[in-house]
Amino acid sequence: MIEFLKRLFGQQGSSATAKERLRLVLMTDHLELAPEMIEAMKRDLVELISRYVEVDRERIEVNFERQDRTLAMLANIPILGVNRPNGNGAVTHEAPKPQPEPVATVAAPPSDSKPPVRKRKRRKKSQRARTQLPSTA
Amino acid sequence: MPESDEAKRGRAIVVTSGKGGVGKTTTTANLGTALARRGARVALIDADVGLRNLDIVLGLESRVRHHLLDVLEERSSLDDALVADKHTDGLFLLAAAQAREKDDVETTKMQALVSSLRERFDYVLIDSPAGIELGFKNAVAGASEAIVVCTPEVAAVRDVDRVVGLLGNRFRPQLIINRLRPQLVRKGKMLSVDDVNGILRLPLLGVIADEPEIIVTTNRGEPLALRTQNTTGAAYHAIAARVAGEDVAAPVPPESKASILERIGSLFGGLRR
Ligand SMILES: Nc1ncnc2c1ncn2[C@@H]1O[C@H](COP(=O)(O)OP(=O)(O)OP(=O)(O)O)[C@@H](O)[C@H]1O
Ligand SMILES: [Mg+2]
Repeated sequence: MIEFLKRLFGQQGSSATAKERLRLVLMTDHLELAPEMIEAMKRDLVELISRYVEVDRERIEVNFERQDRTLAMLANIPILGVNRPNGNGAVTHEAPKPQPEPVATVAAPPSDSKPPVRKRKRRKKSQRARTQLPSTA
Repeated sequence: MPESDEAKRGRAIVVTSGKGGVGKTTTTANLGTALARRGARVALIDADVGLRNLDIVLGLESRVRHHLLDVLEERSSLDDALVADKHTDGLFLLAAAQAREKDDVETTKMQALVSSLRERFDYVLIDSPAGIELGFKNAVAGASEAIVVCTPEVAAVRDVDRVVGLLGNRFRPQLIINRLRPQLVRKGKMLSVDDVNGILRLPLLGVIADEPEIIVTTNRGEPLALRTQNTTGAAYHAIAARVAGEDVAAPVPPESKASILERIGSLFGGLRR
């Protein structure tokens, strides 16, 4: 009953804030202490995306950023070429054509229902997936 | 060494935390007292070289003649340096050097010392300095087990998490949560036991309340564990029983009984916001 009334009147103790800060700070600490894990993740990510498009392995950037209540992984993966779809939806591998650079951006975990990897064809270089924050250029 | 010999040796437990001032020394003194009162032979090593404290908490400061570095550097025998406790039979202290630095300790010599103490004592408790530098590493070097002390604060939990990571491959530490204030937890103003251990996920030895009497017992140099009628004193004995492998519940400070008036008070506190 008292708990109910407390909730009713919006009493949110500072311990909730402490817990939230602790959770985020530990995630950041753990990432910082595991650079090899981040490298491995980068490699896997590149390998996965390379199955569909050709990416510029030299210019991949992976960053972690504190967002309001979550930690987000922001990957900036420049795309060098996209294969022509062969009509039935399957992807075949062809030699990449030189063309203006679209950019694939992966942002996790802001959990909207959009697919995690967005491919844009023939868009301007500056075009970014909507889930990316402006501060990670 | 054959396993049977290993089993006969005492246990060397380092008490550590990362963050300073969370209660390592207080815990070492009280746990040592409680273990010895169960009939075990216990040696306490103050590994906080340069900031000797454990002798004060135990009330033994006037009896210390030689210290850890005297023994490590062979200016004194172990027997001469071990100080018998005033209050508890079977409890001994090896004090830290006050006028030296943590880096003066040689890790291999520390290991050898702990190892030889394990031949003679059931428990060797090592009071670690704060931090994760050489002093901490030396304190950990000879240990076979670890207890981490954590207060319900963001910084303390973070530091314990780091220390657990550093200890990680050698042993899985057990947790003592110190200075919990049940009233504050109830009001949502302090991290609860579940909040803390939901994150650390360590075997919980017990929870010690923030206890005003600890100031008094430290002033007097008489660990609170000498007073088993005190709830917190009794909690140290329950922790000692658990360390000894007895199947007793982890002590937790009694949910301090909030009176009806207090409850109404806190309700109005809530309304006023
Ligand atoms: N449960 C408790 N209730 C109240 N006060 C406590 C409690 N535990 C420790 N203290 C007090 O907190 C202070 C710090 O305790 P202690 O010296 O044991 O910490 P420590 O971790 O050994 O510190 P350091 O990192 O400096 O070695 C002391 O004044 C001690 O009396
Ligand atoms: Mg201390």
